[in-house]
Amino acid sequence: MADNANNLEIKPGDFEPLDKQAGPDNEKIAAPSLTFGQDVWRRLKANKTAFTSFIVLILLFLMAFGGQAIYHHDPNAQSPKYANLPPKIPGVGIHGLNGHITQSGQDVDAYKQAGAGSDVHYTLGTDYLGRDLLARIMYGTRVSLEIALIATLIDLTIGVGFGILSGWMGGRVDLFMQRIIEILSSIPSLVVMVLMATAFQKTGMASIIAALAIINWTTMARLTRAQTLQLKNQDFILAARTLGESAPKIAWKHLLPNLSSVIIIQTMFTIPNAIFFEAFLSYIGIGISSPQASLGTLISDGQKNFQFLPYQMWYPAIVLIVLMLAFNLLGDGMRDAFDPKSKR
Amino acid sequence: MRKYLLKRIFYLFLTLFIVATATFFLMKLMPGTPLQNEAKLTPSEKASILAQYGLDKPVWLQYLIYIGGIFKGSLGLSFQFSDQAVSYLIGSRMGPSMQLGGQAMVVGVIFGIILGAVGAIRKDTWADRLATVVSILGIAVPSFVLAILLQYYLGLKLGWFPVAGWQGFVYSILPTLALAASPLAETARFIRTDMVDVLSSDYIELAKAKGLSKFGIVYHHALRNSLIPMVTLIGPLAAALMTGSMVVENIFSVPGIGEQFVKSILVNDYPTIMGVTIFYSALLCLLLLLTDIVYGIIDPRIRLSGNGD
Repeated sequence: MADNANNLEIKPGDFEPLDKQAGPDNEKIAAPSLTFGQDVWRRLKANKTAFTSFIVLILLFLMAFGGQAIYHHDPNAQSPKYANLPPKIPGVGIHGLNGHITQSGQDVDAYKQAGAGSDVHYTLGTDYLGRDLLARIMYGTRVSLEIALIATLIDLTIGVGFGILSGWMGGRVDLFMQRIIEILSSIPSLVVMVLMATAFQKTGMASIIAALAIINWTTMARLTRAQTLQLKNQDFILAARTLGESAPKIAWKHLLPNLSSVIIIQTMFTIPNAIFFEAFLSYIGIGISSPQASLGTLISDGQKNFQFLPYQMWYPAIVLIVLMLAFNLLGDGMRDAFDPKSKR
Repeated sequence: MRKYLLKRIFYLFLTLFIVATATFFLMKLMPGTPLQNEAKLTPSEKASILAQYGLDKPVWLQYLIYIGGIFKGSLGLSFQFSDQAVSYLIGSRMGPSMQLGGQAMVVGVIFGIILGAVGAIRKDTWADRLATVVSILGIAVPSFVLAILLQYYLGLKLGWFPVAGWQGFVYSILPTLALAASPLAETARFIRTDMVDVLSSDYIELAKAKGLSKFGIVYHHALRNSLIPMVTLIGPLAAALMTGSMVVENIFSVPGIGEQFVKSILVNDYPTIMGVTIFYSALLCLLLLLTDIVYGIIDPRIRLSGNGD
């Protein structure tokens, strides 16, 4: 070995310059590099349940906000003559969708009984005032979603702002702000909502939104504060501070992007919560009042006739349940997608 | 510990004081008097009725009297039921509510633990999926929808249980089931997540290696450790039960506090609304305080790492 090495003659001609571009590219990354958002999206798509929920939610949103463009029925038009008609879809023979009901053990064509012509049909039937149930469900879903989304947006703003401020300032300010949260969160949220709803006697959207917004932000504030406390001692924040960046700019450019996953996940659970409380308040009669409708009032109306015309409650209830399910499942999926470390 | 406790009790009273103040002034802002057939009354009759409720005094005095009264256990007189003290109204309706809440909590937590444990042990099998479906449905189906469905299908159609009323244990079964759904779902989700973690920890591996039976491992090592954080769920569960009781008691006509609360809201019986609000808040505050104390006792790590803050 040693001999060989000694005998080896190396001449300048043995070497030739390597073309900089050529040669095996060891450093090459085969897959395109993904941004954080793309990565989350990819993981979400892999989660079948969450992705299905996502599609279902899109469909429900389309139905609620765009449904009236296709289904031309006024949700508030009353036609007492055609009150309490069961669902009827022309050409469908299944009992429950063919306009027939079972009356004292007999199959009766309710549309004939009401003297409706063959051109009259209500896809999901009518309510006790003869209003088209499908149109009302679309309208009610829209109201429910609007309330939930606006309330959540307010929650988000207050909660995140409060959380970042509290975490960033630290010291006495933080202590004081934490006390406020502590006190607020030991009041049953329901009680606050009932109080707000009764206080703004003009029941309607504004009072419910106010009621929802006042109480629900504390969880968000707590989460963002905890995260801010962790982040603010990290080197990149220190660097930004050393470079003389102003506090609001640091919050906006450095904290918020790093908080985004926590915020988005929490939002996914705030929305169904808001939907539930809105339905709850409307159900007990201090929420949305007629002629406005929401899923809660529709269920409450339908319940009165449940024994004889179960469809009047079943359909709005199903929409509400599907909505809650989809938001919750998507939230679960998002949590897994944003945090690859979390165990399934 | 004692210092911490005193601090917590101070905050409890502060919270209740804020709740009482806020409710009082909110209710004062609203229209409505205890006068019925107001048009028919002579001025002197009106004055005497107002005096009976203490409404003839200036607002600040009314407020002081109200806050002072709370310390003596008085919450004023109900507008709806003349001459009835709100505290008596709450006291007389507490029994059914407490019974329902307690039963629902026990049923929900026990079945929730079983469901969650089964889900964690048989992770990614059909049993796990079934447990997940049940727990997610428990969260997605609002208690009022569930109550109506139970009442109609199990009560009216099948006739297994009485439809409504309050005359004995059988009458409490359906409302308990309707109320228990949400605690059950929450517990099952919580236990499953926690136990999946616990089951993959080293001491479980050791127990397995030592040849312990599967039941032994789950019962003695996994479940016990998962149960400790369960204590923190008591507060949220109690709050959920309060919410649920309002509609469930209404649907099954149970003479409880929740039913009274809804009735009072609908007829603007402000003193009762105020009273029940304060009562609910006090109950929740006490439960939260108890939770923290119990948690500190059963989990020594909490004591070491300082008390919250």
